[in-house]
Amino acid sequence: MKKPELLVTPGSVEEIKKQIEAGADAFVVGEQRYGLRLAGEFNREQIKEAVALAHAHGKKVYVAVNAIFHNKIAEELDEYVAFVKEAGADAIIFGDPAVVMAVRETIPGFPLHWSPETIATNYYTADYWGRRGAVRAVLARELSMDAIIETKENAEVQIEVQVHGMTCMFQSKRPLLGHYFEYMGKNMEIEKRQGTQNMLLHDPERNNKYPIYEDQNGTHIMSPNDMCIIDELQDLIEAGIDSFKIDGVLQTEEYRVEITKLYRKAIDLCVTDQDQYEEEKSELFKAAQKHQQKHRPLDSGFFFKETVY
Amino acid sequence: MMQALKNDRIAEIVDGKRVIVKKPELLAPAGTLEKLKIAIHYGADAVYIGGQEYGLRSNAGNFTFEEMREGVEFAKTYGAKVYVTTNIYAHNENIDGLEEYLRGLGEVGVTGIIVADPLIIETCRRVAPNVEVHLSTQQSLSNWRAVKYWKEEGLDRVVLARETTGEEMRLMKEKVDIEIETFIHGAMCIAYSGRCVLSNHMTARDSNRGGCCQSCRWDYNLVEIEDGSETAITQKEDSPFAMSPKDLRLLQSIPGMIELGIDSLKIEGRMKSIHYVATVVGVYRKVIDAYCADPENFEIRSEWLEELEKCANRPAAPAFFEGTPGADEQLFGVHGKKASHDFTGLVVDYDAETQMVTLQQRNFFRPGDTVEFFGPNMDTFTQVVGTIVDEDGNELDAARHPLQIVQFKVDRPVSKDDMMRKGL
Repeated sequence: MKKPELLVTPGSVEEIKKQIEAGADAFVVGEQRYGLRLAGEFNREQIKEAVALAHAHGKKVYVAVNAIFHNKIAEELDEYVAFVKEAGADAIIFGDPAVVMAVRETIPGFPLHWSPETIATNYYTADYWGRRGAVRAVLARELSMDAIIETKENAEVQIEVQVHGMTCMFQSKRPLLGHYFEYMGKNMEIEKRQGTQNMLLHDPERNNKYPIYEDQNGTHIMSPNDMCIIDELQDLIEAGIDSFKIDGVLQTEEYRVEITKLYRKAIDLCVTDQDQYEEEKSELFKAAQKHQQKHRPLDSGFFFKETVY
Repeated sequence: MMQALKNDRIAEIVDGKRVIVKKPELLAPAGTLEKLKIAIHYGADAVYIGGQEYGLRSNAGNFTFEEMREGVEFAKTYGAKVYVTTNIYAHNENIDGLEEYLRGLGEVGVTGIIVADPLIIETCRRVAPNVEVHLSTQQSLSNWRAVKYWKEEGLDRVVLARETTGEEMRLMKEKVDIEIETFIHGAMCIAYSGRCVLSNHMTARDSNRGGCCQSCRWDYNLVEIEDGSETAITQKEDSPFAMSPKDLRLLQSIPGMIELGIDSLKIEGRMKSIHYVATVVGVYRKVIDAYCADPENFEIRSEWLEELEKCANRPAAPAFFEGTPGADEQLFGVHGKKASHDFTGLVVDYDAETQMVTLQQRNFFRPGDTVEFFGPNMDTFTQVVGTIVDEDGNELDAARHPLQIVQFKVDRPVSKDDMMRKGL
């Protein structure tokens, strides 16, 4: 059985070292000017360091250029993607077709990962972007396990899925926290809202708490639970899914590193000794659970959840 | 006023007077065949409708192929166009049946489809090549390089993200020769359209396949968490945290949009009533025509704004055309408002000799009520309702029953499909 890549989102170059020891195979880095919902902010120097460090250990680095661009930053893309190539990164993660244009014109042939989050929902469209330079499609988090496997069976591009962490439910261009504080006349909060990552939206009806934060890309609302399918990897591995992503946005470095270790173990076991994996998988899940903050339960995302429309 | 485009001739001098020669299309929503006919009758150049599948309003009326055929025939008599929204993000299970559906759209003769998913774009090209392909706002298109991408992919038109400002549109028009459609009026998503799955999480309904339950309009509390302990930011006496946007209203920006060369001005609202559609389409028709005929002497008339208020169920704002909206373009502590007027009747006939109007009742009214009549080819007038009779000539104390046919005498002539409304 093919071993899927274990892809993680480090918060810093320092963390990459720890993540390599923990067993990560690849890293998502970038800066919020071009990338969405990153676990850490990497300037250009740090991206170069990240690539050098990862490559020295045979690991890969993908640079997030997946924001929804307006004219101004869209015009900077040629220069930025040229930098990414020069830095030696292994791929560019994109959602906006402006990136396809920039890559065509500046660094033709450079590998792309298509990752528009909520709208990557079928194999045909995954391959459509494949014909335009994507080597990989990162599927929407709202798909079921069956839909993911069917997509893998039919798509020619590589398939990446998120296996752990929070997922984005909402992105607005408007600064919604700031607007609320402004309306309420809470000036203190307006000043500190940028960079604040400890706000929760409480939905009294469902008693869910959704992390909410603002940055250059607008306001982001995240899922109330962390998805975790460390005990359900077998079908995905058998289907040949190419990459498993642990999204560590809004988590601590310690949390991210510990979760990487657990998935490293789970993947290795599942590939080499399925019986042993069967035996240990619920223990692995429990071990992951120990790292959760108490207001963030684990669940299996949409892997086994039916949605209607 | 924004600078006009270099490549696209927008105005000409005729007899020493500047007139607009590039008049944008006025595009209206049509949730049902009745709404389609009303929208076109009130001055829409084109309408967009939903079919039974692949559209984003699973609760809207939605047309069968037979109804579409009738709608297309009706539109032709006015020289109007019909577009079909097929703007879901398809899942694998939606692929089966897509070809047949798109072929059907081609056969009924619709002008174009509004589409977000490249699966549907390419399939349409293949099986219904005569149907125009317009990129939906669900693609969050907000920069000129992406506009250029879709132009090179062969799309006929792009609908911009709601988040695009007028200045950004100007650059898009300068850089890329493609038709641009943009929203001018109606409800807004507070998120980038297509990038919100609140419904999926909160109610297990897929927002990108038409299941949106508008969770963004609900009330929330804001909580701060520090080392595992939570502090309420929203206090009991505070307004709940809200992210409900005011509705879009770009009436005052229409001249600027025309000067930019925007090709199609779109009104949101396939779920809205015929009264809403007639009122909004009627007002924007007048604004566009007045500006194009004589831009130098054009002024926004207060009666147009008052007219829009009569069917508005939320306060309105000009986001984002006039710049990124502030806190005052959201609703806090309120969930919209009731429109100032009730739609009380649809004119089905008028007898010039007896001055009797025949109406289909749409809301309660009684003798002595002051009502107003409006229509596409008349000036709005007020009328005090006199004696009301039913179809058999029996006098009624009130028009109580929805769709009941009633008659009374009016001071001025009216025509079929004019409407009657009553202030509240």
